[in-house]
Amino acid sequence: MELVKPAFGLIFWMCVSFGIIVFILKKFAWTPILTMIKEREESIENALGAAEKARLEMASLKSSNEKILAEARLERDVILKEAHEIKDSIVNEAKSKATQESDKIISSARETINNEKMAAITELKNQVATLSIEIAEKILKSELSNNDKQKTLVKSMLEDVKLN
Amino acid sequence: MPNKYKQFGVFSAVALSILVLLLSFNVSFAENTDSTHTEYPEGETESQVNTHEVAPENEKFNAGKLIIEHISDAYDWHIAGHIAIPLPVILYSDKGFDIFMSSAFEHGHAIYKGKQNYALKEGHIKVVNDNGEENEEATSQLWDISITKNVASLFVSLALMLWIFLTVAKAYARNPGKAPKGLQSWVEPMIIFVRDDIAISAIGEKKYKKYLPFLLTAFFFIWINNLMGLIPLAPGGANVTGNIAIAMTLAIIVFVITVFSGNKNYWRHIVAMPGVPVGVLALLTPIEIIGVFLKPFVLMIRLFANILAGHIIALSFFSLIFIFAEMNTGLGFGVSILSIAFTVFMGMLELLVAFLQAYVFTLLAAMYFGSAVEEHHHEEHH
Repeated sequence: MELVKPAFGLIFWMCVSFGIIVFILKKFAWTPILTMIKEREESIENALGAAEKARLEMASLKSSNEKILAEARLERDVILKEAHEIKDSIVNEAKSKATQESDKIISSARETINNEKMAAITELKNQVATLSIEIAEKILKSELSNNDKQKTLVKSMLEDVKLN
Repeated sequence: MPNKYKQFGVFSAVALSILVLLLSFNVSFAENTDSTHTEYPEGETESQVNTHEVAPENEKFNAGKLIIEHISDAYDWHIAGHIAIPLPVILYSDKGFDIFMSSAFEHGHAIYKGKQNYALKEGHIKVVNDNGEENEEATSQLWDISITKNVASLFVSLALMLWIFLTVAKAYARNPGKAPKGLQSWVEPMIIFVRDDIAISAIGEKKYKKYLPFLLTAFFFIWINNLMGLIPLAPGGANVTGNIAIAMTLAIIVFVITVFSGNKNYWRHIVAMPGVPVGVLALLTPIEIIGVFLKPFVLMIRLFANILAGHIIALSFFSLIFIFAEMNTGLGFGVSILSIAFTVFMGMLELLVAFLQAYVFTLLAAMYFGSAVEEHHHEEHH
């Protein structure tokens, strides 16, 4: 029974010393230690948060970079396409202009040729007229070389002219 | 890391085997003292012979007496063999304080004459008359606040605690925000364990802070004292946490804190559990009121009995050696191998129990505090 009979002295010293130790440790150990642990935990938390934030920023930066790159690519394509169009239009224009020009040249050539032809024809006609006059002169000269012939002619001519 | 654990394992095994060896020496020394005491009547050189009764010459080895002596408190601190440190005796009565060293009693053979006459009888200080007869009335009025073996051991453990935690606190102040080093890294997981797994989980995020200093102190106090009790050498070896006075004081502190931090909700649940019919309440309320006292009482018994049992078992195994050795020397040696093996096993177990009891005590205390400050949050149930 001795064992389960609490001794007053021990209780007294336990109360006194335990009270003192709780007070001292609370003031000089637990409070600073727990504050430090808390602070460190928070700083680790913050560091992890910051790392996560940096990671996200990096990712967003990457994605924005990609976006810019894609835009640049698109713009390049647009520019290339425009250039193509411009080239095509220039070529087409040149082609049409050339066609027009050639048409013009051909038509003017044709006109010239026509004119020349006309002139030639006119000249030919004139030549033929002159020649036929000359031939007629010669024929007339030969026909009217003697009287008989002149009389026959007058006669035929008179016959042609019918008096009404 | 695994390497460190391995080292620790080896270290603890070595420490334990040394512990076991020393314990066996202690026991043998204790036995020696017993036998020398019994020889006093024959030895002419001993001065205390006149006060000592004549004992039978071949006193049997008394395991029960040995164990009880080891686990109870004493006015001097027995180190080994004949070496014992006298401790101060402080007595208060209506005649005033009497302070003297316990060596004045000469192991219970002499009377100390202060303001009154004191003698040590069966391990207790009694007021006696000049003839050594007890004055029971004066004894009952005596307040004994001596620094006994347990008190001294308590002071040693508390000094150790102060040293550990003030050093650690200093280490925190020296390199704030850095990873813990040395002693700091040994203590920090335990502090975080008490904070997260005991205080926060049992009391709750909002209110744990107020109780944390007590819980931390109680946890380390019990643990360190339990471990000190496992060391058979002088600063340790005392049965501090296995002493009912210590366990009772701790339990009373828990009780007082619980009662004083109990909110309206806590008391309402004890006095009149909401939603329970009056007839049942007549049965339930007395049970709840008994429970308020029973909880710390059980807390006390658990700690006290567990640690005491550990000490008794370890000593019993060693006593076996001497019991068998008295029958036959060879048998004693044979049994000693078995006993030591068992004590090593028990030592391992006690290392676990030392931690476990500290944990259980602190956790239950935290749960009582938690129930006392719990907010009324289960409205839907009633």
